Amino acid sequence: MTNDKEIRTHNFEIEFDSCSRNEAFARGVIIAFLSELDPILEDLIEVKTAVSEAVSNCIIHAYRKSDGRIHMLCDVSDDGYLTITIKDNGVGIENVEKAMLPLFTTGGTERSGMGFTVMETFMDSVTVTSNPGEGTEVVMTKKLDVGYV
Amino acid sequence: MRNIFFDMAGDILIASLSGEIDHHNAGSLRSEIDSAIRAFNSKHLVLDYSDVDFMDSSGIGLAMGRYRNISKRDGIMVIVPGNTYVTRIFGLSGVFGTIPKSKTQELALEYISEKGGTPDDK
Repeated sequence: MTNDKEIRTHNFEIEFDSCSRNEAFARGVIIAFLSELDPILEDLIEVKTAVSEAVSNCIIHAYRKSDGRIHMLCDVSDDGYLTITIKDNGVGIENVEKAMLPLFTTGGTERSGMGFTVMETFMDSVTVTSNPGEGTEVVMTKKLDVGYV
Repeated sequence: MRNIFFDMAGDILIASLSGEIDHHNAGSLRSEIDSAIRAFNSKHLVLDYSDVDFMDSSGIGLAMGRYRNISKRDGIMVIVPGNTYVTRIFGLSGVFGTIPKSKTQELALEYISEKGGTPDDK
């Protein structure tokens, strides 16, 4: 079987304020954007959860109680190669390696410290670039199981 | 929309969660559960996630925080994790090594009464 259909890529870029109600907004945006590709439900839920974790980190840790903007960029190809970048201009992370350890948190007793572990489990790759005072960029990739043939 | 519902069985508080649990609403769920524990002076807690459609790691934090409170009262806490996806998120944290889980509310209540709860005030 031959397939001459051109593989196209699609992307969006949004910016929204650091406010916890936007966690649900960011999840809704990624679901709406990816639905057209008809990915399997499990992939959709996993991506949705990873986005929720990354955006929550910006709100809880990067900006704490101060105002700030969260950038979300997303790129996906028809055959399901997905890249999501979530960026903030917040306080940054002093020790990225330590921050990514399971159960490590600076968020107090009500936070599990599992955010990065969830992202790493549900996505194929997670790359975190951060410096104190210079914000944080999280790049996550995943090959989605999509309806493309 | 209200996404928590309470029930009592003796000195066991049953908190049934539904909908989505994220950092945004975990705070209000936390204070509602803690207020209910105080208001009903309940010793034990069943935290039921059966009707939760979506949660991120905030759902784990919610359970860990309540476990600390219930432990301070020398009570027992049991998680009913619900759908496979929610169970998987919990599993990542290894939380079930500390907090017991049950398949249903009924089994959770049984577990607590066997371990020293008094669901019927007997």
